[in-house]
Amino acid sequence: MRISAIITRIIQQMKRDRRTLALLFLAPLLVLSLMYFIFNSNEASVTLVVSNAPAPLIDKLKETDFTIIVDNDFSKKQLQDKEYNGWLAVEQNVSKLTLLNDDPSLAKALTMQLAQILQPTQASIGSMKTDYVYGDQDTAIFDIFSPMLIGFFVFFFVFLITGTALLKERTSGTLERLLATPIKRSEIVAGYMVGYGLFAFLQTIIIVLFGIYVLDIVHVGSIWLVLLINMMVALVSLSLGALLSSFAASEFQMMQFIPLVIVPQVFFSGIFPLDSMAEWLQNIGRIMPLYYAADALNGVMYKGYSLSDIIVNLSILACFAIVFIMLNIISLKKYRSL
Amino acid sequence: MGNQAISIKSLEKRFQHKQVIAPLSLDVPKGQLMGLLGPSGCGKTTLIKMIMGMLKPDSGTIQVLDLNVPHKQLLNDIGYMAQSDALYTDLTGEENLHFFAKLYSLSKAERIERVAYAASLVRLTDDLRQKVENYSGGMKRRLSLAIALIQNPKLLILDEPTVGIDPVLKKEIWQELIRLKDQEQKTILVTTHAMDEAERCDQLAMLRSGHIIAQGTPQELKEHYQAKDFDEVFVKAGGDVQ
Repeated sequence: MRISAIITRIIQQMKRDRRTLALLFLAPLLVLSLMYFIFNSNEASVTLVVSNAPAPLIDKLKETDFTIIVDNDFSKKQLQDKEYNGWLAVEQNVSKLTLLNDDPSLAKALTMQLAQILQPTQASIGSMKTDYVYGDQDTAIFDIFSPMLIGFFVFFFVFLITGTALLKERTSGTLERLLATPIKRSEIVAGYMVGYGLFAFLQTIIIVLFGIYVLDIVHVGSIWLVLLINMMVALVSLSLGALLSSFAASEFQMMQFIPLVIVPQVFFSGIFPLDSMAEWLQNIGRIMPLYYAADALNGVMYKGYSLSDIIVNLSILACFAIVFIMLNIISLKKYRSL
Repeated sequence: MGNQAISIKSLEKRFQHKQVIAPLSLDVPKGQLMGLLGPSGCGKTTLIKMIMGMLKPDSGTIQVLDLNVPHKQLLNDIGYMAQSDALYTDLTGEENLHFFAKLYSLSKAERIERVAYAASLVRLTDDLRQKVENYSGGMKRRLSLAIALIQNPKLLILDEPTVGIDPVLKKEIWQELIRLKDQEQKTILVTTHAMDEAERCDQLAMLRSGHIIAQGTPQELKEHYQAKDFDEVFVKAGGDVQ
């Protein structure tokens, strides 16, 4: 009853605040699209050299967006000199793909599309070996960090909106007034979690569907798992935002948590390769919720993991949420000891 | 014990090193309208917050309606109006009232009845559908008062309820407070620094620098200090402390 009173109130308030709603639902899509176009802007001009390929394969390749050059006498040196994007040499059992990889996103797009084309006819061509002129397959690319990007936007916008909403409640005195009524501290926190959780849930659905169906971000695994992970991210972010708002005296101070809390998490969520980091640096990453979220999202969307593969990550996220929620309930003691 | 709505014994509170409430004892008899009088910064709000259980005293005890503060039941029995208007300005007056009514677990029928009653009491019925951000200062104060009355509490604790309210409405609110006391046997504790309001109280306690410097009926106080009005009482009583 009391929880539902808070939930109803939050919905009423949010419905009136059109701008915040727009920020919540449209801003992530805008930024996500922008990043998508930035990282994929020259995808159309991919040039692929093909050697010794059977005619049906060449025809199939020509159906793609790639510019296809058939040259049976080609070398890695030529590839490097002429700056073509890739060279596919078909031999008896193994076809060898050499990627220039000067732009990892192009190389990745090429590999992915080739893999799709070659898959049905795999028997005739045999397995594919990939070689790189520059870098290697671990080079970061949009496809790898786009799943993490989805998680990040959910985290960021939910954090921002709940943090400032609860802060407003503290500074306007309404929180204190609330605690002069028989409401339990846990009911306030629960009301907040569910009330803003509803909006976070809608936002998550919109971001995920937009990312997958409009921007065509790779997703190999189940979309339900992607939603589940993002809901968990939203919950962590919701409880963390609410908690940190008790350490801020104004909206301006709330904003100051962004470089402290949000930005470092981005560094540890897969944009930069974690394996090459020093041990102590990797350990810092392990205390950040987005590290686990990005790992799980990447696993599901890019590698096709199932629930059992990401259950550890999900549990850790749940622990973060539970700890933050408990701390929230305790922090309200500042206003009322009961 | 049974006759006191609020019973405070040797209560003390300091912030950092500043003594805000000196050891202080005060009784508010049931069914009376008690005025807590004092200049700004004398510790009125601190005292009120301790009675509400929102601040922990350093020492001393507070009993409200025969229960030790803090107590969960008391949150139901006390109608509280804070010094600053704690309202959701993006909601309408009606939505604010209904929200708080729900927090007191009133049934839907009760809620509608109490919201209508409280709103008509403070003359806000016609403005209920407006957003609070469009309210004037006085309207916000009246809405806060309506919220304090929403669950029909036995005890009303009002922190400067008439600040920013025009004289006509101020008079009406005081008439209503007196009616609530007389007809519904409510105990009311009001803080004020307006001397004209002091006259209307049954009992007065004058607070200065965390001390109760004088206590009694308005008549007693005036006689004791041989003063014509309360401004004079206050000046004379204040002189005793220094």
